[in-house]
Amino acid sequence: MTEQNLTIVQAVRDGLYTEMQRDDDVLVMGEDVGKNGGVFRATEGLWDEFGDNRVIDTPLAESGIIGTAVGMAAMGLKPIPEIQFSGFMYPGYDQIISHMSRFRTRTRGRYTLPMVLRAPYGGGIRAPESHSESKEMFYAHEAGLKVVIPSTPYDTKGLLISAIRDPDPVIFLEPKLIYRAFRGDVPEDDYTVPIGEAAVRREGTDVSVFTYGAMTRPTLEAAENLAEEGIDAEVIDMRTISPLDREAIVESFKKTGRAVAVHEAPKNGGLGAEITATIQEEALLYQEAPVKRVAGYDVPYPLYALEDYYLPSVARVEEGIRETVNF
Amino acid sequence: MSVLQRDPQDQVRVLDEDGSVVGDVPDIDDETMVEMYRYMRLARHFDTRAVSLQRQGRMGTYPPLSGQEGAQIGSAVALAEDDWMVPSYREHGAALVRGLPLKQTLLYWMGHEKGNEMPEGANIFPPAVPIASQIPHATGAGWALKLREEADKAVMCYFGDGATSEGDFHEGLNFAGVFDTPNVFFCNNNQWAISVPRERQTASETLAQKAVAYGIDGIQVDGMDPLAVYAVTQAALDKAKNPQEGECRPTLIEAVQYRFGAHTTADDPTVYRDDEEVEKWKAKDPIPRLETFLRETGRLDDESVDAIEESVKEQVADAIDAAESDPRPDPSEMFEYAYAEMTPEVEAQYEEFQALHEKFGDEGFLRE
Repeated sequence: MTEQNLTIVQAVRDGLYTEMQRDDDVLVMGEDVGKNGGVFRATEGLWDEFGDNRVIDTPLAESGIIGTAVGMAAMGLKPIPEIQFSGFMYPGYDQIISHMSRFRTRTRGRYTLPMVLRAPYGGGIRAPESHSESKEMFYAHEAGLKVVIPSTPYDTKGLLISAIRDPDPVIFLEPKLIYRAFRGDVPEDDYTVPIGEAAVRREGTDVSVFTYGAMTRPTLEAAENLAEEGIDAEVIDMRTISPLDREAIVESFKKTGRAVAVHEAPKNGGLGAEITATIQEEALLYQEAPVKRVAGYDVPYPLYALEDYYLPSVARVEEGIRETVNF
Repeated sequence: MSVLQRDPQDQVRVLDEDGSVVGDVPDIDDETMVEMYRYMRLARHFDTRAVSLQRQGRMGTYPPLSGQEGAQIGSAVALAEDDWMVPSYREHGAALVRGLPLKQTLLYWMGHEKGNEMPEGANIFPPAVPIASQIPHATGAGWALKLREEADKAVMCYFGDGATSEGDFHEGLNFAGVFDTPNVFFCNNNQWAISVPRERQTASETLAQKAVAYGIDGIQVDGMDPLAVYAVTQAALDKAKNPQEGECRPTLIEAVQYRFGAHTTADDPTVYRDDEEVEKWKAKDPIPRLETFLRETGRLDDESVDAIEESVKEQVADAIDAAESDPRPDPSEMFEYAYAEMTPEVEAQYEEFQALHEKFGDEGFLRE
């Protein structure tokens, strides 16, 4: 396979392009996705390539975008609605919760929704108000949806293609802090990365650190720094937060007996709580220290002058790991 | 007959593109007219400087308003002191008229919540970023005034053409019609919602005609003609507060205008629109139009224009100095303002934060 060196946002575009070429039922819709190529350029050039019926600039209406995508998907198309920033998904929340998640169940499989709802999410880019929140747990809490969050260019394309081919609706949240932070090798051809499988990013024996999305990088950096102090941390990128790869959590924890969860979403009801519960349920007898959560605080996300104090920093992650190892 | 009694497709104008009078000049005293001109110059200069601050990395993403001064200033000047204003995120000019210091507008776009701490008596809601989400608030605020028998005050809400596609627009205007609230819904139709043109938002011929379906009045005005905007807004505010027998209180105003620049400093309009179109609209620039009128009617001369230019530059420079020398907000503010009283969870997290901050200092948190 020919390799390309792409950023995450370029890998999104490449994944969309690959599937649109392969399958005429796949279409992209949303605000500014057409001629403008998306505000982050995730759909750049697709409008020129596939035209107005497959790369559709819609009116400014998120409930309309998501709701009409539900209708299209029920009719057998594979729409990929984009919400420009995840902070603007809420007008469409009713459609997500009341319909997107339930069509299969309600109709006993007579209607299914092979759709992917994409949105950039998360903080750290000095963005204006309402542009930086991490609300992935709203969707992870909703049965009937799958929620995928990539952290590398390779995974981005592979997971996006899996999401598009998945018979059920997938929410695909893209960590915009690392949209262009680094490049990685991405095959030109189509390939998939399975939904629901975590990836071990760094093997270690002392403590298991579970994370995903944009927090993967500071977590890995913290792990490398701590290696100099003699702490050998294992870093696991969850990649899908629903369904959660509980097997990977338990397997790593049985090896280390200590766990830290890192996410920028608020602590209360965050993925760290679910990881902790999984450990309690399935690996209690291996536990040697309380599970530590390094997370966003339970306060409204601040405007950007304070956002660095809100987001888990390398130092905070390191301290959380130390605390767990030294318990 | 009220200026509002027109077909929503019949655009109200007072000045033509050259500043010549083509309609009824509203009754505004000379001082206020010159003040309107000064506010427009101030808003334009502020805008130019704000874009440049963003380009220099001294401010975050910023939404420019150039081209829209006529609509913002013409409408805001019509508000009475006790009236309320519910803005979107582009109304820096209108907010200025209401008494929001430029320093605060700068602070907001520099990422400080302090920018949202509206001065007492200015009667402005904080800017709303999610499109159209402020419209139901404006209806609710107007409704509150009516329920408290204070409907001798009105609430004016600003939003753009894109907002008319959102559900909140429908729900806000529908409630206003049903409960006959003292509201003016002021749509700044600047033709573009980022890259999506007005005709992609709705198949309706005008946005003003949407009012008909809610049982309220709708009117279209040349939004780059500050005197026409003033006349229409004044009439709508008056009707909101003192409706005559058979009249409804709420009005939807569609102010037809153009944003000369980008949606925000994060987009490049040359990707999605032609220079030719931009030039066509620049010929309608509200500032020279009003200036010509004021000069020709003896309200302005070279000397006063120069004095205004100087004072505007000084005011903006002072505001930038003040904003940039404002201390970085303290991280404790994140925790302190979440609730009236910190919950046990927030308190515990605040304590944990303080311990980490003490141990690592700012370096433990701040990224490049």
